Amino acid sequence: MSDNITKGKMIKPENLVYTKSRVMTDNVTSYCPGCGHGTAHRIIAEVIEEMDIQSEIIGVAPVGCSVLMYDFLDLDIQQAAHGRAPAVATAIKRLMPEKFVFTYQDDGDLAAIGTAETIHACNRGENIMIVFINNGIYGMTGGQMAPTTLEGMKSSTSPYGRDVATMGNPLKMTDIVATLPGTYYVTRQSVQKPANVRKTKKAIRKALEYQKLNRGTCFIEIVSNCPSGWKMTPVESNKWMEDTMFPYYPLGDFKVPEED
Amino acid sequence: MERELRLMKGNEAIAEAAIRAGADGYFGYPITPQSEVLEYLTMEKPHERTGMIILQAESEVAAINMVYGGAACGKKVMTSSSSPGISLKQEGITYIAGAELPCLIVNVVRGGPGLGTIQPAQSDYFQATKGGGHGDYKLIVLAPASVQEMADFVELAFDLAFKYRNPAMILSDGAIGQMMEKVWLKPQKERSREFPEWATTGKTPDRERNIITSLNLDPNKQEDFNHKLQAKYREIEKNEVLYEEFQCDDAEYLFVAYGTSARVCQKAIELAREEGIKVGLLRPITLFPFPTVIISRLADQVKGILTVEMSAGQMVEDVRLAVNGKIPVEHWGRMGGIVPTPEEAVENLKSKIIGG
Ligand SMILES: Cc1ncc(C[n+]2csc(CCOP(=O)(O)OP(=O)(O)O)c2C)c(N)n1
Ligand code: SF4
Repeated sequence: MSDNITKGKMIKPENLVYTKSRVMTDNVTSYCPGCGHGTAHRIIAEVIEEMDIQSEIIGVAPVGCSVLMYDFLDLDIQQAAHGRAPAVATAIKRLMPEKFVFTYQDDGDLAAIGTAETIHACNRGENIMIVFINNGIYGMTGGQMAPTTLEGMKSSTSPYGRDVATMGNPLKMTDIVATLPGTYYVTRQSVQKPANVRKTKKAIRKALEYQKLNRGTCFIEIVSNCPSGWKMTPVESNKWMEDTMFPYYPLGDFKVPEED
Repeated sequence: MERELRLMKGNEAIAEAAIRAGADGYFGYPITPQSEVLEYLTMEKPHERTGMIILQAESEVAAINMVYGGAACGKKVMTSSSSPGISLKQEGITYIAGAELPCLIVNVVRGGPGLGTIQPAQSDYFQATKGGGHGDYKLIVLAPASVQEMADFVELAFDLAFKYRNPAMILSDGAIGQMMEKVWLKPQKERSREFPEWATTGKTPDRERNIITSLNLDPNKQEDFNHKLQAKYREIEKNEVLYEEFQCDDAEYLFVAYGTSARVCQKAIELAREEGIKVGLLRPITLFPFPTVIISRLADQVKGILTVEMSAGQMVEDVRLAVNGKIPVEHWGRMGGIVPTPEEAVENLKSKIIGG
């Protein structure tokens, strides 16, 4: 009876409710439990699989927790210096315009050290997709203040909370790039719930479809969590993100093409 | 396009030679005294001639990272700048060295430190030959002494860069960048349509994914990689040394100088020999790999060596290492963007070496 039921017998098309995208590798990710990075990777992989463009896409990994993105996505990937991914991606796309190119960057990478590269790539309207993970903190280096850290928010370098008078205001990079004529599609999404995951996945799909049509820069911010850096459980972190991050970084589209 | 004789500035020669060498992309940012490279390329519309891409970046930082991106696709890509801009590129250069990517970086050196002067200098020798950025790495460094060599070394640098998967630099100076000379340009070479097997071009089912990175979290792996790099540099030292000897056969004294200073020394040799002083010149063409063996050999023949550099004395350290105490080695040079005169060079040969 039950002895006869093997894994092989169970894995039948009619029993399958979920399968890992074949664009993901079998490596265990280096992300903390409950971190949004893993989900963001997964939906990028799924879109690439669904569009069948694995052999036509080149990714650029940042410096940050996702520096090892190339261990988890089964794609040709270049690892860029901290903040320089948009410049790296610019050249890849200019030299191989027939390929798809995307960067995956976190807030320290994209909105602090890489501000110039981000703005100028968007301003030139480079035909690339930029996926921007905003978790309001420097995760990899141990929870320091990021350009996106909220007012009053504690981090290891704003231990009394971010004082905007001396430390500057949380930077809304997505709002800024939406004002640039070079960007074509700009949106802010999240991945903490299935409904949001679906929306973000749709945004990624759209961005890559627009890239095929040479429309300009597509910029997708994903407001995300950092349970370790925020010193919260995954559940607490998602609640805190919804209650505190979303009011300052409201979800939604900033720039939607006419053709939609 | 056929072989052709033209009168050009050194900077223009680099640009035209790059198009003819079949370069795929150039990424730059204006700075005197090398802006003609980008100006020439934008004027020339190489995209229409060969498909070569030209882009003015928002900074030297962006430009060198564009070079990283292009090189990692297996493309023949380059950038050029002058000293302050090359300082900005150092982060990108060490990543390129760490990811073992081939590319060409041109430095048309001006005087420093800081904003310094826009006049020619050779004060970036240490930066070019000893690493420049962080970590143990080497660039292949070529030092042209004429507009002809500015043109010729573009293709040579690309060939060496691809042969060793290593960044190559042309270390020139404002004098050679700005002066006009006759130059033979090679016929147009076709841009390569083939990709090296390590290039990121999109993962196809028939191979593993290609990853370009300089990261090794495991220190043992990083040390293995460091050893691999060092082995490559030793191989380059064994195979690729280039230099020129000038009136060395009967020399009792020796100048060692590269680039503009080497030309000054050639004239100085004429003046000195009129006075009966038998002096020759060893001109390093590759600064890394440095012509250590020949200098050591010449040190058994001559009584003393004067290096002439447009700096406070940088290459002199490598000459002293090669000579290893066998004979006196002194430095004389001008700084601040001043080109030394042959007369001064002879005077200093007399006072520092012959009389010393
Ligand atoms: C030039 C340079 N400066 C600093 C660092 C150190 N560093 C590594 S990751 C990082 C911040 C990453 O934060 P973020 O981009 O927000 O990514 P996260 O780790 O939160 O995903 C910093 C400062 C570096 N690697 N390079
Ligand atoms: S430190 Fe934060 S951002 Fe990094 S993996 Fe952990 S939870 Fe995610």
